[in-house]
Amino acid sequence: MRPFGYTRADTSESAARQAASGGTFIAGGTNLLDLMKLEVMAPEALIDINRLDLGAIEETDDGGLRIGALVSNSDLANDARIRKDWPVLSRALLAGASGQLRNKATTGGNLLQRTRCLYFYDRAMPCNKREPGAGCSAKDGFNRILAVLGTSEHCIAAHPSDMAVAMRALGAEVETLKENGSTRRLTLDNLYLLPGDRPDQETVLEPGELITAVVLPAPVDGKQTYRKVRDRASYAFALVSVAGIAKLENGRIARANLAFGGLAPKPWRNAEVEALLTGEAPSEDLFNKAADLLLAEAQGYGANDFKIPLARRTLVSVLNELTQEAQQ
Amino acid sequence: METNLTINGTEQRLDLDPRTTLLDALRHHLGLTGSKKGCDHGQCGACTVMVNGRRINACLTLVCMHDGDEVTTIEGLGQPGNLSPLQEAFVNEDGFQCGYCTPGQICSATAMLKEISDGWPSHVTDDLDGKAKLTAEEISERMSGNLCRCSAYPNIVEAIRKAAGENT
Ligand SMILES: Cc1cc2nc3c(=O)[nH]c(=O)nc-3n(C[C@H](O)[C@H](O)[C@H](O)COP(=O)(O)OP(=O)(O)OC[C@H]3O[C@@H](n4cnc5c(N)ncnc54)[C@H](O)[C@@H]3O)c2cc1C
Ligand code: SF4
Ligand code: FES
Ligand code: FES
Repeated sequence: MRPFGYTRADTSESAARQAASGGTFIAGGTNLLDLMKLEVMAPEALIDINRLDLGAIEETDDGGLRIGALVSNSDLANDARIRKDWPVLSRALLAGASGQLRNKATTGGNLLQRTRCLYFYDRAMPCNKREPGAGCSAKDGFNRILAVLGTSEHCIAAHPSDMAVAMRALGAEVETLKENGSTRRLTLDNLYLLPGDRPDQETVLEPGELITAVVLPAPVDGKQTYRKVRDRASYAFALVSVAGIAKLENGRIARANLAFGGLAPKPWRNAEVEALLTGEAPSEDLFNKAADLLLAEAQGYGANDFKIPLARRTLVSVLNELTQEAQQ
Repeated sequence: METNLTINGTEQRLDLDPRTTLLDALRHHLGLTGSKKGCDHGQCGACTVMVNGRRINACLTLVCMHDGDEVTTIEGLGQPGNLSPLQEAFVNEDGFQCGYCTPGQICSATAMLKEISDGWPSHVTDDLDGKAKLTAEEISERMSGNLCRCSAYPNIVEAIRKAAGENT
């Protein structure tokens, strides 16, 4: 690890100011320290935010929840309100990492964890995300775990988070505090950037901008599920995952929220797919049409070609599960 | 960076390079070599210790981030002649071969049994609202952050079941 300065921040405002002048926030440290050991990330100064008052889960006036950025993945998954009314989020968290890691991993850090692309981790190999302009080793390399949607010729990395996929399906928003003291709210769609020609820029956050909370809207009516397909039954990142919420009324789909992991550089959601399903009676044919639409622009890069049919089968299976049991 | 923390009940004052992980502080500066370094990247669980009662990977955290915390390592769980129920069960059930992963397995299992008795669900728990039973499937899922290169898994699961007793 390269040497760095270390400061324990007392207030969110001072943390934001310190980070704006060259500091990097550290929360659980489970992603940042991993990358610092490999010198893939080499911050000049770490701003330890663990003492900030961002550890609560509070109810909002409109029936939602405001989750502090420092709430651990374990505490969030185990929260009685989340388990009851936002179960897809509990399920996604419990499907991620290990018991030890979930105890340290935080809500803010989980959203901003970096890709698991093997070449991003390997400093001997060119990678545009690490070093803009160097080239992408993954496009013609070992890209089995990488993305098929939203990629660019400069980067095909997939976003690795499970939690963020469930949050995307739930319509969560991120609250931030900037260096100048102003705050803003961003949908997850607006938080993340697609790689384009600058894959090193992953979010719209400005230097020093601190995530203070994630706000969940009031519970979404309908059956919820998180399906994660991976190489091992536990402790492995998603190849494909689907967070789904669907509600049937009089034999027709009244609403469908669907978000996807493992497929794209950010948790993926496609409003057209949801519109296609809404108002229709569930059928295998309908579900396949939804998959056609979702995957119309999907592009494989060889080793990850299998993700396209896998995403189709996973989506159809999830839609069957969500609509069949609700009919009983 | 000055850091004051309690390790196995003893207060320690450390002043180490901020780069020092909790694992390296334990092993290299405090002589507590029970916690092992397998991967140094959060992938194997050999470094598992408990901080404020919760299990974490000591390799993926800096010791300076633990000012004021209480750390429990395998040495703090029990010693020869005074073993914890899990330590005893690992011996009796042959829950290891080379033993390298064992301190991490036992620290992890100690905290895991508390998690399950506190009602935490897991990925394999059917009902998020109900209380999970300590089945072999639940143990395997909850212990998946601890790898064993000797593949002593069947006896590790058995040791945990025995230590937890029949009533769980
Ligand atoms: C072996 C292994 C397996 C894993 N498996 C999975 C898995 O299956 N699924 C999954 O989803 N994840 C998995 N993870 C990743 C894990 O979920 C992340 O490492 C964790 O969520 C990151 O959170 P953290 O608090 O430790 O972040 P940190 O490492 O502290 O920070 C990550 C980044 O976020 C920034 N940051 C942190 N907090 C804030 C904030 N409040 N505001 C602004 N910036 C902030 C930091 O500056 C840093 O750049 C795995 C990790 C490991 C090591
Ligand atoms: S896919 Fe992205 S992260 Fe991976 S090597 Fe290419 S540029 Fe780097
Ligand atoms: S040494 Fe910490 S997880 Fe492997
Ligand atoms: S007993 Fe050898 S690694 Fe587990």
